[in-house]
Amino acid sequence: MAMDGIHDLGGMQGLGSVAHSPAEPAFHEPWQASARALLITVAGVVGVSGGEFRHAIERMEPGHYLTSDYYEHWLTAAATLAVEHGLVTRAELEARAGGPYPLSGPVVAAEIADPGRGVDRPRFGAGDQVRVRQWHSPGHTRCPRYVRGKTGTVARVDGIHSVPDIEAHSRARRYEPTYSVRFDAAELWRDGQRGVSVHVDLWDSYLE
Amino acid sequence: MGEHGHHPAPPSPVEQRVAALQALLTERGLLPEGFVEEVTRRYESEIGPMNGAKVVARAWVDPSYRERLLADGTAAIAEFGFGGAEGDHMVVVENTATIHNVIVCTLCSCYPWPVLGLPPAWYKDPPYRARMVREPRALLAEMGCPLPHDVEIRVWDSSAEVRYLVLPLRPAGTEGLTEAELAGMVTRDSMIGVAQL
Repeated sequence: MAMDGIHDLGGMQGLGSVAHSPAEPAFHEPWQASARALLITVAGVVGVSGGEFRHAIERMEPGHYLTSDYYEHWLTAAATLAVEHGLVTRAELEARAGGPYPLSGPVVAAEIADPGRGVDRPRFGAGDQVRVRQWHSPGHTRCPRYVRGKTGTVARVDGIHSVPDIEAHSRARRYEPTYSVRFDAAELWRDGQRGVSVHVDLWDSYLE
Repeated sequence: MGEHGHHPAPPSPVEQRVAALQALLTERGLLPEGFVEEVTRRYESEIGPMNGAKVVARAWVDPSYRERLLADGTAAIAEFGFGGAEGDHMVVVENTATIHNVIVCTLCSCYPWPVLGLPPAWYKDPPYRARMVREPRALLAEMGCPLPHDVEIRVWDSSAEVRYLVLPLRPAGTEGLTEAELAGMVTRDSMIGVAQL
């Protein structure tokens, strides 16, 4: 079962206009600051990786994801991780909240026992042409759907980092170089605008 | 914070859910007293676009700082004492007369916290994340930042560990201003790349 989630929004159409406001406070409501504090607390207590944390948001029910703001995403991730790691139970949360307590759906990807071999030296350098693997992750990934199968040019070679696809589903880690890859809009979109490029930061194993 | 006197309305479902988790974690000794207030204070007064504005103003007045900033954003930003979570690997992209940069995170809400604070709601909402990589010229115009057709647009999707900051063009006619006065002109939107100054 593939997990191309609702969060993978790049290029999606029909979502309407941007509710832009140039001046916006960090928190509109006190509960938003609390949600932030709760997430920091839960993440610290259970020791989540960035991949596991992000995947907890990505597993939200799609309708809930699209109709709630990001502080509610953080709250939902905090509550989900707190339940999954045994800090609290769903029944306790519902009893205290006096109603339903939507949590993220279960992890569908299998636990990864063997993280595979890391890559300790960049395979590519700036200026190299690369193609993104056409791949649908069964779980968490940071390879956006809109660049899969597309050809771009390495613009920058960055540091060696833990692969999110592994750390979200394993205690083990695999480390690989990351690259900033430049794609011409015309390569990404049939209606790509001229004079536009999109740079996407990708781990080594996302590339062919 | 923590005062409900400003809220005559009964708590909303999301407020009740926050209160429920907060109470359970507090009872279990996992949420230290005063931590919510501490987090609120941190993001409301310590971390925010005023930090990024100082970096930008310095780059405008000090050519050697600008060079360091573009060569190693993380180190140059650390000269101000700014760094840490979501700012460990900074890349600064410079606008010119012919190149305009704009940042987005299509997969979640990645954003350079130490220099810009928490991202504004619209940055994290689906329309911005969906559209900025597909139709940036149209979206920028819609957001009040129309660009001439011969200006190249570079969109940066923060999909891995690097976080981006846009170095906006210094406005014309600001030669007589001090660094502090210049910093006062630099907006959050200009450092995301959805506005020009």
